[in-house]
Order: sequence, then C-alpha cells, then structure tokens
Amino acid sequence: MTAAGNPALNTAARPTRGGRRLSLSWLGVMPFFVYVGLFLLLPTAIVVIGSLTAPTGGVSLTNFVGIDKPYMVKAFTLSLSVSAVSAVAGAFFGAVLAYAVVTGNPRGLLRRSIMSASGVLAQFGGVALAFAFIATFSTVGFVTVFLKDHGIDIYANGVWLYDPPGITLIYVYFQIPLMVLVFLPALDGIRPQWREATESLGGSTWHYWRYVAGPLLAPAFLGCTLLLFANAFSAYATIAALLTNGGVYVPLQIQALLTSETEQSQPGLAQALAVAMILIVVIVMTLYTLLQRRTTRWLR
Amino acid sequence: MNRSRRLKLRIFRTVVLLLMGAFFLLPIGAMVEFSTRGNSVISPRTLDAWVLIAQTPGLVKGIVTSLQLAVITSLGMLVLLLPTMVWVRLRLPQISRIVEFICLLPLTVPAIALVVGLKPLYIWININVTPSVLALAFAYLILVLPYSYRSLDAGLAAIDLKTLSEAARSLGAGWITVMWRIVIPNMPSAILNAGLLSVALVLGEYTVASLLNFQNLQVEVAYVGLTNAPTSTAVAVGALVLAFVLLMVLTLVGGRLQQHNYIPGQRA
Repeated sequence: MTAAGNPALNTAARPTRGGRRLSLSWLGVMPFFVYVGLFLLLPTAIVVIGSLTAPTGGVSLTNFVGIDKPYMVKAFTLSLSVSAVSAVAGAFFGAVLAYAVVTGNPRGLLRRSIMSASGVLAQFGGVALAFAFIATFSTVGFVTVFLKDHGIDIYANGVWLYDPPGITLIYVYFQIPLMVLVFLPALDGIRPQWREATESLGGSTWHYWRYVAGPLLAPAFLGCTLLLFANAFSAYATIAALLTNGGVYVPLQIQALLTSETEQSQPGLAQALAVAMILIVVIVMTLYTLLQRRTTRWLR
Repeated sequence: MNRSRRLKLRIFRTVVLLLMGAFFLLPIGAMVEFSTRGNSVISPRTLDAWVLIAQTPGLVKGIVTSLQLAVITSLGMLVLLLPTMVWVRLRLPQISRIVEFICLLPLTVPAIALVVGLKPLYIWININVTPSVLALAFAYLILVLPYSYRSLDAGLAAIDLKTLSEAARSLGAGWITVMWRIVIPNMPSAILNAGLLSVALVLGEYTVASLLNFQNLQVEVAYVGLTNAPTSTAVAVGALVLAFVLLMVLTLVGGRLQQHNYIPGQRA
C-alpha cells in the first residue's frame, strides 16, 4: 500500500508552515494531553483547589490550620526526620558502594549485575519490603533468633523495628541502591588523569579527595541526597504494611482521613496534607535539579 | 598506581562488596527461611506456605489481576507515549520541554498525594464507566510515565529519527508504517526497558490500589499477611525473584541489542 496518491498526506509531509498544517500537528499530541489532563493534572487540581476551599465554601486557608494540631506536627516531624536520616545514611553507604563498583572493570559482570540488582532493589519498596524485615528482624525473625541463640538480644531495650529507628533502617534498604543508580554517573565522570595530575604535583590521597574529587562531587552528592530524601518522604506502602494499626506519619494520616469517617467533618484536611507533601517534594526536587545541572556542567 | 594503593583498593572493594552483599541478601534469605518454616521450632522445613498460595483464592485472583494490569499498563503506555514522543521530535520540537516536564511530574507528586485527587475521579469512573479493578490501569499509566519517558527518550536519542522517517515517508510509507516498521524495530531495548520497568512497578504497586479499595496482588498480600504471614511472605519473595529475573534478562539481552544497534558517532 502506498500513500503517494493521498493528497492530504503529501501536504502533511511538506515542510511548510501553514495554519492548517500547524493544527494537524497539534492534533497528533492531543491524546497525550487529554490523558494527562484527566489523570494527572485534574487530580492535582482537585487536591490543590480542595485544600484551599473552606468547609462552608469560598477560598480560605482553614484546612491548613488543621495541620497545627500536636499530632499533625508530630507526624511531620517524624516523617521529615526519618526521611532525612535515611537519606543521609543511604547517600553515604550508596556512594561508598558506587565507588567500589566504579573502581572495577567498567564492562565487567560484577558492575552489570550490581547495576541491575540496584534497579530492582531501588523499586523494592512496598509491602514485600515490610515482610522482608519482619522475617529478618521481628521477634521471631531469622537474625533476631540467630543472635539470641548466640547470647545477643537485639531487643533488650524493647522492640524498635516498628519505631522510627527500625523504619529508618528499612528505608536505607531501598535508599542505597537508588544512590548507586543516581550517583554512579557522577563518579564515572571523574578522570584518572586528575588523580595522576594531583600526584605529579606532589599531592597525597587526602589532597586529591579534599581539593579535587571532593569539591567536584559535592554538588552531585548533595543533589542525590535530596533525591533520596524526596523518595523516602513520598513512601507509603512500607509503613502502611508494617504499622497495620496506624502510626504517626504524614502518609498514614492521609490514609486515616481517606478511609475513616472523620473525613466527613474535615473534607479538606486530607487535601491540605497532600498539598503540604507535594510542596515539600517540589522544593526538594527543584534544588536537586539545580544541583544536577551544576554537576553535568562540570563532569563531561 | 603503586602496588600498596592497589592492594588497599582491592581490600576496600572486597570488604564493601561483602558487607553490602550480606545486608541486601539477608532479608531476602530470611523471607525464604520464614516461608519454609514448620509450625514449631523443631519441625522440619516445609513448603506448606508455598502450596497454600494456590489454595488461597484471594491471592490467585490478586496475581491474575496484577498480571493483567501490568500488561494493559505497559501496552497502554507504549500506545500513548511512543507516538507522542516521535511526533513531538519530528513535528513539534518546541513543546518537547513541556512534554518532558509533564512526564516527570509524577516524580514530584507522591502517589499518596495523587490518590487524594484520584479518589473522586474513581468514584465517578466506578459509577459511570466500569467498576472493574482493571480501571486502575488509568492511574498506573501516570505512575509509570517518568520511567518510561526516560527510557524511550534515551532510545529515540540514539537513532537518527528524522532521517529514518523522512526516508520511509519519501518511499511512500504512512505514519503507522513508520511507527511499526521503522521506529519500533530500531529501538527494541529501550521499548523492552520501558515495558519491563512498567511491569515491575505495577506488580509492586500498593498505595493507589489499597486507598481506592481495589484488590490487586499487593493488597491481597498485605491482607493475607494479617492472618497467614508465611504464605504472604512466600508470595512476596516469589514476586521479588520474578522481578529480579525479568530485569536480569533485560540487562543481558538489552546489552546485546544495544551493541547490535550501535551507530558509530551517535554516543560517546
């Protein structure tokens, strides 16, 4: 079948810029824009507008006042601190692992397997991760029982798996692989010649890291840490599966508001919490993008 | 590099890789251990929990549902995204930044926040369109956008799309032929990558499904876990191993396809 005889197609193929041709071009991207309009932009708009609508109607910030309650403040403090600690720990260990990977054979099997394993494990949030840590560290978990048989009781001061320290440990499990994925390109950009140049000028390993590699990698490291923070802050499934009786974290507060009767009395509070989450993530991700841009300028 | 530093580096790498390997394999191993435990401390290893998966109707249904959703989402993603991205590159390069921004937007809207806005939408869909759980694919298509976009964008950047499509068009090919016989065969690894990432994401999705009251695999796993933890753990570790195998295959196959398709001078 040929389209040569079809005048409409021939016109479309000609690189002219008429009004009709332009509208035809726009028609091609309409399905995409209609779809994201319906399922991404509309829900976001519902959340934002809902959060700014007072229970009695009209624009107001009443819903955000609900965040001022002590348990809401605690929810934000806990969510933010767990995200921050897991991001810093994940960034540090992830960077160390990435360095161990990058100093190996760039085309080797080890590097390829670690990269694809990181791809899987960075996505390994959710319910399965909660079960994995229950199987490992709960009171009947593999490691707990094993250590107890050898005279070490990791729960001598009470069970911490379901508390912030435990949640942080669980989050680090998906933060490290994500760090490897996002930080490795920056490490790859570091040239061996720079080290050789440092050495030929009489610099030591410490000088190299302090004055050459460190400053070059700092923006990338900081940016990736921010990405990890946003990643942990958005996470919901793991804590939901782990803390089945609810807990004082922002996502769980939204869940409670969405599924319980309280929503009837405060329809806008869930939206206000969602907007607060979106705002925090947007700020963090904007900083990440700026730092990332700076990194790509240096490491070519 | 002098010898002592090379030795130090080797020790450092070995220690790091061993410690990290232990940290990452331990919970997965523990899941296998936990799911094969007998009823009492002294009872021998048993596969009862694994056998019970097939006998738990909810789990079987959840597995089937999630697999269906995975297929619908990946195909829907390709049908919606790939033609749009090709079209934008060829005809509307001025809006490429807008499309990129929209595709990456779900990264900045946490799923738990998005679901607050999706809830009224889904109440409407349930009443007026379909009450089926497969309607979740609408939301999942949004969740996979960023990952699919990046993968397809890398694939499209690696081929000379303009020349290829102009050559095809000058030989009389229509747009469908260009998509089907020129674009798709030229970027198999990017398409496979985008598809498998979508599959992995959908198989692991819990947030949206549970808050919209749909029963997919993860919701069932969490629910069964309340009463029968070993069986739930068995499903969870099974799904994880499946995802591992899928992505390992992707890395190996993808690596080969990329070499096969390598165009000199295209990439550094």
